[in-house]
Amino acid sequence: MLGEAEWAIVLLSLRVALVAILVALPFAFIIAWILARYSFWGKSLLQAVITMPLVIPPVVTGYLLLVWFGARGTIGGFLNDIFGLTFAFRWTGAALAAGVMAFPLLVRPMRLSIESLDRGLEEAARSLGAGRVVVFFTVTLPLLLPGILAGAVLGFAKALGEFGATITFVSNIPGETQTMSLAIYSLLQSPNGDIAALRLILVSVVISIVAVVASEWLQRRLSGGRS
Amino acid sequence: MSDTLFVSVSGQVGSFPVAAEFTAGGGVTALFGESGAGKTTLLKMIAGVTRPKQGRITIRDHVLFDSANGINLPPEQRRIGYVFQDARLFPHLSVKTNLTYARWAGRRSEGLPYDRVVALLGLEHLQQRSPTTLSGGERQRVAIGRALLSNPSLLLMDEPLSSLDHNRRQEILPFLETLRDETGLPILYVSHEIDEVARLADEIVLLQAGRVTASGPAETIFSRLGSHDDAGALVSGTVTASDDAFGLTSIDIGGHPFQIAKLGFADGTKLRLRIRARDVSIARALPEAISIRNILPARIVFITTNDGPDCDLTLDIGGQTISARLTRKSASELALKQGDTVFALVKAASVDRGVLRG
Repeated sequence: MLGEAEWAIVLLSLRVALVAILVALPFAFIIAWILARYSFWGKSLLQAVITMPLVIPPVVTGYLLLVWFGARGTIGGFLNDIFGLTFAFRWTGAALAAGVMAFPLLVRPMRLSIESLDRGLEEAARSLGAGRVVVFFTVTLPLLLPGILAGAVLGFAKALGEFGATITFVSNIPGETQTMSLAIYSLLQSPNGDIAALRLILVSVVISIVAVVASEWLQRRLSGGRS
Repeated sequence: MSDTLFVSVSGQVGSFPVAAEFTAGGGVTALFGESGAGKTTLLKMIAGVTRPKQGRITIRDHVLFDSANGINLPPEQRRIGYVFQDARLFPHLSVKTNLTYARWAGRRSEGLPYDRVVALLGLEHLQQRSPTTLSGGERQRVAIGRALLSNPSLLLMDEPLSSLDHNRRQEILPFLETLRDETGLPILYVSHEIDEVARLADEIVLLQAGRVTASGPAETIFSRLGSHDDAGALVSGTVTASDDAFGLTSIDIGGHPFQIAKLGFADGTKLRLRIRARDVSIARALPEAISIRNILPARIVFITTNDGPDCDLTLDIGGQTISARLTRKSASELALKQGDTVFALVKAASVDRGVLRG
């Protein structure tokens, strides 16, 4: 049903979204943990910064990424010089844009599940001889998995569909930065692209539904009938 | 009994000051007080969850906390089993993995054998279940087993029965008694239920507004416990005979025979009875043709006087202490005074069925 070029677009989109979420997830977890467990000066500021991508226009986020992470950008230049990591007009840039846009959606469910975790369980575990690290991996993390998963799926869906920031930051280059959303947009612009666009639209809808259903199922399994 | 636990701490939790010093031996020490007296705070300080401002906590020669020397062991190094009001079982693990948590996560391999703890608490058929499917009483039993299997040198129990209804309590109390009698583990038991304390405690520490107001053997402290109506005393005795025809058990209390409704304990069993002050009457002369079965010669040790309608007598019966509550008018008409020898009358039917072994 899909041509080779279309498969390439789907695979690129999946790669961009997966890499974005896998890289962003640990950072999002740490931020969620800090916001849930600690109070400190500037907490509301951190919270506001995290929420920014959700509220400012994606084009603006894309522009800011271009300024900071572009070839001559402050951070982009540094990363290029030190690690040889380039974002400008590369698929890595698309992943960065997707990750930044999805970040608030990753943080929120994780923060909620960390906040609602009964800390008494951690106290109990420590009284049984387990140190902080062991308690984290045997009690805390397993109980947070459903929340982490919920965040990851929401973020993945967002990353898969990201458009504005991506096209502003890394443009719309077939084979490099042209993800499904960008391809659908391009096809709709061309006179004979309707059918091809429809196929990609169907694929993106199917991927999203599968992701959501799979996460619901996993969450039910992980929580083992709880809540 | 040698002192096992020594606690001397002061600190503040929220706006609530705690300054307490007490020792506890082997057996069950009840930390007794109204809610808000600081019982749970003290337990948390002992467990290492809350840090006292200053003080010292030791178990035998092992220092857990010493502000003067900057010692503050983290909870996982204190070897203190903690049974919480809400069992706090790990919901993502089976009952069995909960029970063995200290072994696989806490690296505590020694101590009571797994099978013995499971048998002691009657957990055999629960092992494969998920904690979320257990009843409140079952959950609490698993929590106790889990704490026991961490090979603790002290067990803290924070009102372990308070979330259970009456029937569930009756279901768990025998397990706690077995635990006390069979493991020899020192237990610090927090409660504001006078019946639980009467049944379980060897020693009592009275706590009021964050301070220890009295401590000592259960029999000594017990007469000071409880609300006005509930005041009473604990006396020890030995079962001497059972009368099946009339359903009575005879007990020897300090050389005097005492009868109560049948208990089903073997002769020679040591018991403690809780006798409420309001169930004890006083007679100057030995009464005749009277339904009351227990008439004990007693010496008046002390009479409390106030302006209320009642007065409380502390009585010595063959070396043991009970209290009696009379109207002030009766005491006055009988001209009772300290040192007098009288007869204490106790109805057999009035003694609590919740008698305890020990």
